[in-house]
Parts: sequence; C-alpha cells; structure tokens
Amino acid sequence: MSLRIDQDHSRFRNIVRGKIRQNLRRYISHGELLGRKGKDVVSVPIPQIDIPRFRFADRQQGGVGQGDGEIGDPVGGQEGDRSGQGKAGKDAGDHILEVDVTLDELAQILGEELELPDIEDKGKSKIASTKDRYTGIRRVGPESLRHFKRTYREALKRMIASGTFSPERPVVVPIPDDKRYRSWKTDVEPVANAVIIYMMDVSGSMGDEQKEIVRIESFWIDTWLKSQYKGLESRYIIHDAVAREVDRDTFFYTRESGGTMISSAYKLCLKIIEENYPADEWNIYPFHFSDGDNWSMDDTLTCVELLKQKILPKVNMFGYGQVESPYGSGQFIKDLRELFSKEEKLVTSEIRDKDAIVNSIKEFLGKGK
Amino acid sequence: MSDVALKTHLPSYLREWQHRIEEVARGHGLDFFPVVFEILSYDQMNEIAAYGGFPNRYPHWRFGMEYEQLSKSYEYGLSKIYEMVINSNPSYAYLLEGNSVTEQKLVMAHVIAHVDFFKNNFAFRATDLDASGRVDPVRKLENYDPNRKWIDKMANHGQRVRRIIERHGIHKVEEFIDECLSLENLIDPHLPFAGTHVAEVEDENAAIEVPRLRSKDYMDPFINPEDYLDAQRRKIEEARERQKRFPERPERDVLLFLLNHAPLERWERDVLEIIRTEAYYFLPQMQTKIMNEGWASYWHSKIMTEGVLDASEIIDYADRNAGVLATSGGRLNPYKLGVELFRHIEERWNKGQFGREWEECDSLEMKRHWDMRLGLGRKKIFEVRALYNDVTFIDEFLTPEFCHEHKLFSFGWSNRNERYEIESREFKQVKDKLLFQLTNAGNPFIYVEDANFENRGELLLRHEHQGIDLRADWARETLRALVRVWKRPVSVQTIFDGKGTMLRYDGREHTSRLFKSS
Repeated sequence: MSLRIDQDHSRFRNIVRGKIRQNLRRYISHGELLGRKGKDVVSVPIPQIDIPRFRFADRQQGGVGQGDGEIGDPVGGQEGDRSGQGKAGKDAGDHILEVDVTLDELAQILGEELELPDIEDKGKSKIASTKDRYTGIRRVGPESLRHFKRTYREALKRMIASGTFSPERPVVVPIPDDKRYRSWKTDVEPVANAVIIYMMDVSGSMGDEQKEIVRIESFWIDTWLKSQYKGLESRYIIHDAVAREVDRDTFFYTRESGGTMISSAYKLCLKIIEENYPADEWNIYPFHFSDGDNWSMDDTLTCVELLKQKILPKVNMFGYGQVESPYGSGQFIKDLRELFSKEEKLVTSEIRDKDAIVNSIKEFLGKGK
Repeated sequence: MSDVALKTHLPSYLREWQHRIEEVARGHGLDFFPVVFEILSYDQMNEIAAYGGFPNRYPHWRFGMEYEQLSKSYEYGLSKIYEMVINSNPSYAYLLEGNSVTEQKLVMAHVIAHVDFFKNNFAFRATDLDASGRVDPVRKLENYDPNRKWIDKMANHGQRVRRIIERHGIHKVEEFIDECLSLENLIDPHLPFAGTHVAEVEDENAAIEVPRLRSKDYMDPFINPEDYLDAQRRKIEEARERQKRFPERPERDVLLFLLNHAPLERWERDVLEIIRTEAYYFLPQMQTKIMNEGWASYWHSKIMTEGVLDASEIIDYADRNAGVLATSGGRLNPYKLGVELFRHIEERWNKGQFGREWEECDSLEMKRHWDMRLGLGRKKIFEVRALYNDVTFIDEFLTPEFCHEHKLFSFGWSNRNERYEIESREFKQVKDKLLFQLTNAGNPFIYVEDANFENRGELLLRHEHQGIDLRADWARETLRALVRVWKRPVSVQTIFDGKGTMLRYDGREHTSRLFKSS
C-alpha cells in the first residue's frame, strides 16, 4: 500500500543525506559513528534539522517535575513521553535527531563526498553462485510443481478443438496430457569475493589514540569495500615482535608491549593468503597500520623482499598507514616510499591525527583498485 | 471526508460499545459533538499522526520526519499511539487496529471527554469557522453547533499548496514553507477574543493645546505651573510622534503583520496565510494540554468503572490506566497532573474548602477536618472545564497542599555539575516555573515594534525579556527567515546575559551590538 506520507518521507531522507554529506568529515574524524553500528544500519546523529524558531535557551529555563529526590539531586529521564497522544512532537525538545542509514547508503555518500572511483573489476570472478529461477514450462514434472492455470488452459484448448466444450455447461476436465509443470533455469552469477587483512602494530609505542585512528579508518574502509563486493571477509593480525591472528575485538583493544618486527606480520599475512585465498579467485586487500618504528633495518629489508616477491603479486593493493606516535614517527614509511616508488599497488599514507583520516581514506581508496 | 473513511468504519460490536459509552457520558452531563470513530492499521495511524491528525495536509518534509520517528519507535516497541482525536465538528477519532476491546473502550471513553472539552472550553471557540469578529468566551449559546469542518479546511489547504507547487516547483515552495514555519509561533493568543481595534481619529494639524485649569490670573502660575504644562505638552507631542510610527502600537501577531505589509508574491501570501490559520487552529490544544488530558482521564475512569467495564477486564483496564497516568523519571505527566487537579477541585468544592472563611482559617487541625458537605464539586469542575486554560487553571487551583502531596519540584541547569538538578520544592518557586512554561504556550513574547526602523524600511522586533534569554543560534536562523519574508534587514531587540542586545541580519551577515535598554 502506498501512503501519502511516502513522498514527504523520501524528501526528508534526501535532506538527511545532504546533512550527512555536509558533516561527513566531522563524522569521520570524530569517529562518532563507530559505536552506532547495527547489523546493516548505522544510526547517525543529525544536528540542526529542526525548524528554528524564537524560543528560550534550554538551560536557563528548567522546568517542573514530580517525584522523590532531595534538592540538588539530578533529574533523570527523557523529555516527552510519546505514548498515548497523537500530539507528539509538538513540544520541541532539544533532542538531536537520530536517523538510521544503511551501510550501503553511507558508503555511497562517502563515495560521492570523497569522489572515490568504483573499484575496477579484476576479472577474477571464478567463484560462481548458482541460482534457480522458475521461468519455463514443461510437460513432465512433479505434481507439486503443476501449473494450475496452464494445465486448465491446455485442457480448454483441447476440448474446444475436439468440440466437447459447451459454453452452457463450462466444465473443463484435464487429462494427463494436458498437465503442465513449472521448470527452472539455472543462472550462474559470478561473485566478486574480497578479503581485507588488517594488520596492526601493537607494540609499546602504539597508544590508545593511535588505535582509535586505526579503528575509525578501518570502519570506513570496511564500509566502502563492502559496498563494492558482495562477499567481504575480514581477517585481523596483531603483531609486536611476533604476529598472531585474532578476532575483531581483540584486534582493536589489545595493547602489548615489546619490540616491533613487521616482517612477522607480513609472513603471517602471506600464510593466510596462501592457505585460504587463492589469488586468482579473490580480491585481496591487506592494510597495515604501524607507527613505523621497526626493530632493525634487516627486518625492514625482509619486509621489502616479502612484499616484492610474494605479497604484491597476489593482492589488489597493499595499504600501509603510518600513525604518528608520541615517540616520533618511524622510518618505515620512508623506506617503503624509496624502495617502491614505482609500485602502484603499494599505497602509503601518513595519518598525523584524526583530522587526517579523511585524506588518508582518500589516498587508500582513491585509486579504484 | 477522504476515502479512508469508507474502508475504516467501526465494526458493529465496537459501534455498540460506542453507543453505550456515549449514553453513560451523557448521563454524567457531558456534552459533545458527534464522534466518528475509525479503525486504522498502525502505519496508517503513524501517517495520520505525523500529519497532526489530519489525513490530508500540505506536503512537507517534516511530516516525513515525524512519520519516521513514530514508526521507528513503534517498531522498537517504545511507544504506540492508542488514540487520536481531532477538534472538529463532527469530531473524528482514530482507534488502533488490533487493540483489545478493553483498550478500545478506554480510548473511546477518553475521546468522548476530549470532544466534550473541545466543544465547551472557551479557548476552542477560536476554532469556530463561522465565528465572525470577536468571540465571546463566556456566553454559551443554546444548541451550540458551530462550523468546525477542519478536516475539509486542512484538505483545502493541502490542495492549495499542491496547486502552488505545480506552478512554482516543490523546492521553492517547500523552502518558503520552512521559513514560514520558523515564524509559526509568532502569533497572538488573545487575538480571537480581542476584536478589532478602532483607531481614534484625531485632527493631526490641531495645535498642541494643553488643557488648563481655570484660575484667577495671579494664581495661574501656581495652579497651572509652567513646567507641568511643558511636561504635558511633551507627552502629547510624543503621542503624536508615536502615531507617525508604524505600527502604531507594538503588534504581537507578527504573522498577520507580515501578511498585511510584507512585499510578498501572491502565492507566498497564500502559503503564509495557510500557516497562520493552522497555527491558530493548534493553539488552543497547546494552551489546554494539562486540562484537556486531565479532563479526559477523569472521565475515562468514571465512565469505565461505572458501567462499561466488565469484571474480567478490570485488571487490564487498571494496567492501561496506570500506564497513562504514570510519572517516570521525575517528569511531569500532564495526564496525571490534570486529573489529580480536577479531583482535588472536586473534593474541595464538595467539602466547601474555598472562600473567605477557608482562606482565613489558620488552624491546620480545622482545615484537615473541614467538610461542609456542600456537594458542589461536580458543578465546579464542569465550570472549570469551560472557563479556564492551563495558565489560569494552575494559577487558581494549584495549592501548597497539592504541591506537597504530589511531590512537585522545580529544576534547573547546574553549571557546576553540568546537569539538571532539583532546585526547590517551595510552592511559590514550583508554581512560578510551571506558569512560566505554560504562558504563551511556552513561547517568548515577540512584538513588531517598528516597520520603518532607522527610517530605512527595516523591520524591528522586540523580545519582551522575562528573565530567560533567547536561544541565540536559533534566533539568528529565525532572523534569516524573517529577512526572506520582509526582503529588508530585520533586527530583534533582546537581552543576553543581562545586556541589551540588538541582533540584526541584513541578508548577508549577522551582527549584534549592545544598546541601552530603557
């Protein structure tokens, strides 16, 4: 049923989209949306969508309440119990409106605002899913698939042709020959599968602030890639001097101490790729975040070898994000940039603070790989 | 009425209940317009609720926003709208499909009392479409049967706006509606009862002559002292000066002023007029929220428990009733406050706890057992429901005892702790705060002061500051809307942090400067 309100509602949604676009950079750098993610939707707080009027400043006004409590006790509860009356919304509470936006929509807005190109199809869609569609008609088949209407139409045709049908007494009786059955066609759909492998340095020099940046950035990378690929998997690796694979929560909230051997993570990453994600079937996106303070030059060279020989040929792109740590930014990014200056698949990005996240996302995703 | 009406009429068992409930209500003396009940599914209900109760309104995105919020909170199970009733004659009310019979009965009883209130409370006379000129709030007519075909009226508004949209495009029109809505609360609640002001015509060329008292020559300097005469002359001159100003006296109905004097295109005038008319329609409901809900709750419980409920339903009923009247989180519930005040009044007038003798008695003991068995309670509450609005209702009938018994408190923002805190349980503070919230339906008082400000055709508004500042960012946004309507710079004179401040927007930038408030 279509309602009159639908048009008003869709105009409202457009306004919301506009507002999100306007404020997108703020949402990204404040990481506001992270805690608001549901399964497929994000609830976005939208400021300033109400119609402004001359009215009193809220904090000065206060009000009258009812219940227990001493003078000086805080007043709890939320404004405006909506149940009961249809007059809801008349009393303008100073609430910030929260709107649910699907991840797809959010990705679209992100794409529009940062002018991200769609990802090029690498043409390695070897994994296919099949889908059966009931589109045809056959003369044989199981009774459960019998096409009632077509069967009776056949019967009617036969009876008219043979002259046994009388309009005065329009009884149609099918015989077995008249029966028609639905039949299916199998469609083969190639599925673009992708995996993101996040690696993060959790050595002593990576603080909470740095992890927060990684968290925000990976949320947006996830959101964007999800909108580009149907099946997206994520794997998480943390490392200090040794690397191990962990689940999502551990990934974001672990803090370890100790030195940094980046090669350990790359080795594990390679192992995961080789075991689970054959390069000709999967789009592979490793992202590595670190403060760039590697243990030794030797280890850096091992990393470079690994990247050059093994990893880069298999992946769509390899992202390296270097966050600035309180102990100063490391050398790793410079080494990478020097040694891979011609390599398009390796994208490096320096993320100084939260405000730099937006640009870093653009650097990572702006190439359409 | 829309085609919705045809598909949604009441099933017969509910119709029977409606008759029964109406009978009981009439037996108690309630006097209401005919009520048409319709049953709606929850999405229809949300739609109509989003449109403020009317199945047909002009298109605007905020209705869509309202709808999204309503349907979301319904889907999450946070709230559901049991009923909606429209102030019109006949009245329309909506029931939610799938509610239990007990709930439907409760809602019907509640609705009937609302309609009685619509018909009999003076404030709602302002919504009579056939009232011409001044409305007398007190006189009650025999066979009062006003034209309140607001469903049609709103549908016509919708049609008019849609026609305008066809011609000028949704973007332009919707933007203009946004601006008008920004000004929606700048109306004068007393206007419907004030009648038109007749200007005194004076010969403006007449010389300024101060009337002198008769006196003998030698006494004249004493009886008509020169400085007094001068002062009088100045006064008259000032009065003349005022007359040259426009508007002559401060105008509270800013919307009307703009409608009459702003350089608007025809379609813009049309839209603004619609917004103003609808604002005046919704005003009485805001002015009587506590009374209206209290009255309806008072009667639903009377009607339900005296003849409509059957024994098996009593628990269900009590549960719903408690839900409606619950106060949670320290918030004031208008249903609860209203019904308790009505009951309080009834008890006082039954026992004769009013008048001079009662006021002057200062023995607590005597007051506690005061019962003159007058039995005037029922009569009194009927009178109150006709002649009061929320402000006068609270002002006259909120007593310290009531305040104490119901644990009312006033709260305010604490800067130190960054939260709202209970400020006081003193009767005076609580009452003051409550009255402040209700006065002018919680809106600031804004007047058109001068339409030729600084002799530049700019508009000057004045905010009559009553202790609370305007919200500054919204005030600036509202000025923006005013400029778009007035097409010249607009200023508003107000007070921020105790200093007289003039906010001005000239179409490009906002400025604010201090000035001496006189």
